[in-house]
Amino acid sequence: MLKTFKLGGVHPAENKLSEHKAIEAIEAPEKIYVPLGQNLGAPSVAIVQKGDKLKTGQLIAKGEAFISASLHSPVSGTVEKIDTHVDASGYRRDTIIINREGDEWEEGIDLSKDLIKEITASSEEIIEKVKACGIVGLGGATFPTHVKLMIPKDKKAEYLIINAVECEPYLTADHQLMLEKGDEILVGVQILMKAIKVDKAIIGIENNKPDAIEHMNKVASNFAGITIQGLKVKYPQGAEKQLIKACVNREVPSGKLPIEVGCVVQNVGTAFAVYEAVQKNKPLIERIVSVTGKNISKPSNFQARVGTPISLLLEKAGGMPEDTGKIINGGPMMGKAINSIDIPVTKGCSGILLMDKKEALRATEYNCVRCGRCTTVCPMGLEPFLLGLAGENLNWEIAEKENIMDCIECGSCQFTCPSGRPLLDNIRLGKYKVGQIIRNRKN
Amino acid sequence: MSPIIIAIIVLGASALVFAAIIFGVEKQFKVIEDPRIDEVAEALPGANCGGCGFAGCRAFAETIVKNESLEGMFCPVGGNDLTAEIAAVMGLEAEEKAPQVAVLRCNGSKKHTPEKFIYEGAQSCAFANNLSAGPGGCPNGCLGLGDCVESCEFNAMYMDEETGLPVIIEDNCVSCGACVKACPRNIIELRNKGKKSRRIFVSCVNTEKGAIAKKNCEVACIGCGKCVKACAYDAIVLENKVAYIDFEKCRLCRKCVTECPTGAIIELNFPPRKVKEEESSNETNV
Repeated sequence: MLKTFKLGGVHPAENKLSEHKAIEAIEAPEKIYVPLGQNLGAPSVAIVQKGDKLKTGQLIAKGEAFISASLHSPVSGTVEKIDTHVDASGYRRDTIIINREGDEWEEGIDLSKDLIKEITASSEEIIEKVKACGIVGLGGATFPTHVKLMIPKDKKAEYLIINAVECEPYLTADHQLMLEKGDEILVGVQILMKAIKVDKAIIGIENNKPDAIEHMNKVASNFAGITIQGLKVKYPQGAEKQLIKACVNREVPSGKLPIEVGCVVQNVGTAFAVYEAVQKNKPLIERIVSVTGKNISKPSNFQARVGTPISLLLEKAGGMPEDTGKIINGGPMMGKAINSIDIPVTKGCSGILLMDKKEALRATEYNCVRCGRCTTVCPMGLEPFLLGLAGENLNWEIAEKENIMDCIECGSCQFTCPSGRPLLDNIRLGKYKVGQIIRNRKN
Repeated sequence: MSPIIIAIIVLGASALVFAAIIFGVEKQFKVIEDPRIDEVAEALPGANCGGCGFAGCRAFAETIVKNESLEGMFCPVGGNDLTAEIAAVMGLEAEEKAPQVAVLRCNGSKKHTPEKFIYEGAQSCAFANNLSAGPGGCPNGCLGLGDCVESCEFNAMYMDEETGLPVIIEDNCVSCGACVKACPRNIIELRNKGKKSRRIFVSCVNTEKGAIAKKNCEVACIGCGKCVKACAYDAIVLENKVAYIDFEKCRLCRKCVTECPTGAIIELNFPPRKVKEEESSNETNV
């Protein structure tokens, strides 16, 4: 039976243009830009210097803080310099710039295509390996995976939930990955189950991907304890809390983590990366990126090395159309517009979406008519119009009182607003400010 | 007895009783307040702008009376005259403070910093700053969305549509500092007004490398340090790849202005310069 979450949600047009396009590996360009701050939390600390010779997969930056991840060289070559380079926000951040020379892999990395089903590593060894390989959540939030796998002593995990929902319109990276690497993903899921010591795993897939559900069901019959759960299409089902609600009907309390209700959620792409890390000793240096858009001539799913400039991806997808109005890093609902195509692919880049000039236009802004649509669709049960106003009027007290920090920034409110108000913009500002206030209070 | 008379008697009697109670309570629970607080508060402008750093004029007055001191207490709106007035009430010595004015340290107009993209998000600098470096590409430059203009309570700022930069109306500016706090990029600074309102300042806060800064903005400070060498009074420091002129030390000689290769140093309210040859011959004579 198909399940879904109860509260709110919207149905944006799916536009999965790059659906069923086989994953195409892109050869790394001559120059690679590896930003140091690719994960949520503290940026990694570079351990290489100008002129160092690197092999593919070699450790180049360490995640020293608790919430941080290591980085590995995506290519073999020489470090040109460690300098600043624009990232998706337009600000310059520390970046390791590498000149590629061939593609010579670090020793000990298994590059064969054979499926290794048997899991020999213990729970601790798995977590250590995941940490060493710099795995982060590949759904887009880039939270270091090893931190998520370390269950606090007083808590117990019951379910591992694998997020294969891909509820963002346009994006198809996870879908295609499931079709092509089903076995590997399921071994990855078993590794994750072993790491957090659970015997039940649920893979949640929306029913706009019937072939993926069927394929995964077929493969899963060979694995114990893994269920495939079909889900009714509704945005934002891929959000952690909504997915838990949909799959096991539990509600994560405000301000708490999923482990509070005995769940750990991982993205399907992360499960694949974990498989490669633990079974093949391969660090996270490449990922699947959907390059899509209505007037792109060849919407595709690429397998790109981290650090590949987005301009190269666009070129391989048939070039940037003339009337491009907006380039979005991620999907249309939660992605952010970028202002340069020189920025590199990072670990969290799930898609590049091109909108034409007409599509990119913002709705004209009118006054709030208190129709309450935003409140109806908010999956977190908040009152977006109120939070939006609080953000606009810089009234952080009201924002905090109305639980602005619970907002998951899914954008359903702004999507549905008939007055075209920039609700999410103002809420994001509010979240940033209120977060600052809360942190200051704690110190 | 007619009901009217009864009513008068009853009401009159109860009025007397209540009056007695109120009188007693007033005597018993009287709040003794220093009368000087009222006097000081009376003298203050009463705009509650918060420029002094206190929650309104009354709080400012209370603090002065409580501490019996004017140290660090300055109402930027009232200025020195007001300080003297308060000092007279308090029986203290007034300290002269140079009048200040807000200064915009960015010249990244639409002409100088061409837009690389169109920003359509929420019209708030605080938000845009959080989201991206801005259309000009300069991570420190003015975003031009007018958070400062909105924060100004004294009609001392407006947005110049042509340049996309805010303009400070000197005569209206009371240096309350609201705009300084409102700017998420710390571009606006309160500087001494200077003699005849003449001021020299580096109109750039960009901390990027010179080449990058110059690529984004024609008039950026590239941190070359020429002005530091030219300054005879040690008034200029180069920190974080950007020059800063200390207004306490600056003697308004304008040498740095001519020296700056990008035109990042701005002079305000000076008379027009004499012809170059004359100026150089003057200098040799001295």
